[in-house]
Amino acid sequence: MEHYNMNLTLKVWKQKNNKDKGRFETYKVKDISSEMSFLEMFDVLNEQLIAEGKEPVAFDHDCREGICGMCSMHIDGRAHGPWHETTTCQLHMRQYKDGDTIVVEPWRANAFPVIKDLVTDRTSFDRIIQAGGYISVNTGNAVDANSLPIEKQKADEAFAAAACIGCGACAAACPNASAMLFVSAKVSHLALLPQGDPERKMRAMNMVNQMDKEGFGSCTNIGACEAECPKGISLENIARLNREYLGAVFSGSSNE
Amino acid sequence: MPLNSKIPAGELNKKWEDYKSSCKLVNPANKRSLEILVIGTGLAGASAAAALGELGYKVKTFCFQDSPRRAHSIAAQGGINAAKNYQNDGDSVHRLFYDTIKGGDYRAREGNVHRLAEVSANIIDQCVAQGVPFAREYGGLLSNRSFGGTQVQRTFYAAGQTGQQLLIGAYQALERQIALGNVTQYSRHEMLELVTIDGKARGIIARDLVSGKLERFFGHAVLLCTGGYGNVFYLSTNAMGCNVTAAWKAHKKGAFFGNPCYTQIHPTCIPVSGDHQSKLTLMSESLRNDGRIWVPKAQNDTRKPGDIPEEERDYYLERRYPAFGNLVPRDVASRAAKERCDAGYGVGASKMAVYLDYAAAIERYGKIEVGKQGIANASKETITQLGKDVVKEKYGNLFDMYAKITGENPYEVPMRIYPAVHYTMGGIWVDYELMTTVPGLYALGEANFSDHGANRLGASALMQGLADGYFVIPYTLGNYLADDIRTKSIPTDHPAFAEAEKSVSDRINKLMNIKGKESVESFHKRLGKIMWDKCGMARNAEGLKQAITEIQALRKEFWSNVFIPGDVDEFNPELDKAGRVADFLELGELMCHDALNRNESCGGHFREEYQTEEGEALRQDDGYMYVAAWEYKGESQFELHKEELIYDVVHPSARSYK
Repeated sequence: MEHYNMNLTLKVWKQKNNKDKGRFETYKVKDISSEMSFLEMFDVLNEQLIAEGKEPVAFDHDCREGICGMCSMHIDGRAHGPWHETTTCQLHMRQYKDGDTIVVEPWRANAFPVIKDLVTDRTSFDRIIQAGGYISVNTGNAVDANSLPIEKQKADEAFAAAACIGCGACAAACPNASAMLFVSAKVSHLALLPQGDPERKMRAMNMVNQMDKEGFGSCTNIGACEAECPKGISLENIARLNREYLGAVFSGSSNE
Repeated sequence: MPLNSKIPAGELNKKWEDYKSSCKLVNPANKRSLEILVIGTGLAGASAAAALGELGYKVKTFCFQDSPRRAHSIAAQGGINAAKNYQNDGDSVHRLFYDTIKGGDYRAREGNVHRLAEVSANIIDQCVAQGVPFAREYGGLLSNRSFGGTQVQRTFYAAGQTGQQLLIGAYQALERQIALGNVTQYSRHEMLELVTIDGKARGIIARDLVSGKLERFFGHAVLLCTGGYGNVFYLSTNAMGCNVTAAWKAHKKGAFFGNPCYTQIHPTCIPVSGDHQSKLTLMSESLRNDGRIWVPKAQNDTRKPGDIPEEERDYYLERRYPAFGNLVPRDVASRAAKERCDAGYGVGASKMAVYLDYAAAIERYGKIEVGKQGIANASKETITQLGKDVVKEKYGNLFDMYAKITGENPYEVPMRIYPAVHYTMGGIWVDYELMTTVPGLYALGEANFSDHGANRLGASALMQGLADGYFVIPYTLGNYLADDIRTKSIPTDHPAFAEAEKSVSDRINKLMNIKGKESVESFHKRLGKIMWDKCGMARNAEGLKQAITEIQALRKEFWSNVFIPGDVDEFNPELDKAGRVADFLELGELMCHDALNRNESCGGHFREEYQTEEGEALRQDDGYMYVAAWEYKGESQFELHKEELIYDVVHPSARSYK
């Protein structure tokens, strides 16, 4: 792979806190290596700002290997930037060329209020899981793991849904700011497994209700969520959630 | 103070059973008025908080991330060990115990490790009951693979995302307890001080990282589940936020630090590409199941890997360790890679890398598929394509990650890898009950020192984190709290809380008022370089002495020249990082003292003065068969306490994987 350096212009959202209105600031960065990750380019920007005695840009990040779901930038109008099935931390600068201008914003959704700059509050996702995204089993009384064979294809499908990293790109990409892909991934993961069966109706109802309560919008089958999901979570999960939800509604809502 | 490891008497395989049937219990009504603070929400913290919530304790959890689900356990790739013997290949609790003790180079406690092996099978059962989607065979049963340092297949996995699936399982169990009102979650909170009253742990001071406010929390007990301290090296496979701060504050309040120098350098990571590098990315050990590691037989060979014929390649692990081949333990594989690169056989632009090659595996799997599908006279292209499909199913996400980071296609060209800091076996000293030297303060998971000796085997970190949280602490904590049921919650206006809060706020103000010229990041990088060069994969007495002097000087410079932008009472990641780097600057010195004290090589601790003629680690069992537990006595002053290691069942011998 050939390496090269580039100079870039960045238009970055700056917002002091939740009360501040916010605005774009323009920054220039020089000698960015094509081998850097996008967040390493932001490290360079922040070190430069600190050296100038200015305040750096706040952004969320942690594992930097595409799995924790903490990083969350909206880059040139795309959640996690232009690469397919890629988190911001795994986007690398060989995507860009000398002289490019890049616009970076936080997730935009009412249920993800901005804390500062590019950092948003995603605790609404935790509360959706609290509404039913689990199997009610206490520690210590499980039977032998192989006493319950599960069809490989089902297990693989459940895994594919469970691969969701809870980053919020689906809601950020959706024009309605719907969190249906997130909710459906969890409902699918658990509904596909026999262990999840006893609570499946209540789970679908309660998680969808909580999603509405948090201020996420409705799903109108646009598909932007699937297109932007860094883990390739499929729209089929939403279809499954709809079946689960309707089934729960028509059968009298809960598991009594 | 003599160290009491509180290992129960009796036969090794009866100790835990006996303990469980004789430990004190707390009745359900009393549990409701007992408060537990759990710091960190990775596998150890989330599983402990969930299990304790289920029992009815009043639990509070704290994490610096925006959600408990982000803890770095999430990044564990390869798998989790358990002595299930589903493969009928001779596995047993004893064999997992033995492999772990041997893998740790005879520097771990028999009692703890045996308990770990005993509960390992329950972990898999528990996780499956929670809905963790482990990999399965067509018959619907669980699949296994091999990991380093063992000759059985006992590793359970979910593609290359096992840690993620296990953590999500524990996180969901935790969120369920939150919904039930048994647990309260404090995200974006960082513990900055331990509060002790009458010598017991009674609470913490935490900073709300959004508002910057300091908050006081009371607990009858405090559990540190805060992970490892590999980020002291700056570059490691840890997440950016991983830190030693909570553990270090506890250390300064009386918790001894065990074996701080035991660091695991993982052999297969993507090499450093330049000065901009902010972290290193692991390529799972599971890749050594099928990948072959090699370098050219000639020094400074600049040919492309595909142009180097088979007979001019040195598969040095297979050559040096025929019994285990590419699946030798991590410490052995890392040193062997360093040896080849130092000797001038390294590859890639930096020459600090070796090849991890999948060509042979692709061909082997391709031929199997051709046979399965009954394709007669299959072309080379067909075989290769079918082989690639198999490899993709097994390791696809890892190959994708490699391609994204390096821009190279690992299905076509061998991956370039090099060792990187990955895990810390050292940590807060704990007894058999996981209690530290501060009564009421516990340490679980990577944060403690207990089960892996001087080197951890692959797929054992997830096992230990969940063993501690789901199956050990629910018993051992009750044994302590049973005597504390009459203690009412202590109001947080108690002078001990006020004093602790003041010390935190004074330190923060001191940091902010330095108003120097150099960034926190820059100090962290400089510390990391000292640690890697002088307390990394190879160490010697002279280098360690230099490192101690250099770290002391760097610390002084930090406290007079660091610059932290922004304010105290706002979201300020630079301030958070400054506090963590300040603590690393103290820990690094202790690690060097410990490495200097240990005049032997064992596991991940390799002192150049102590090696065999073939370059293998040379233990000194006569003088060093002990846990080094360090007591904090003031800046740069640490007092050594020794816990002798007694082997009743295993007979320590020279560790050989030949």
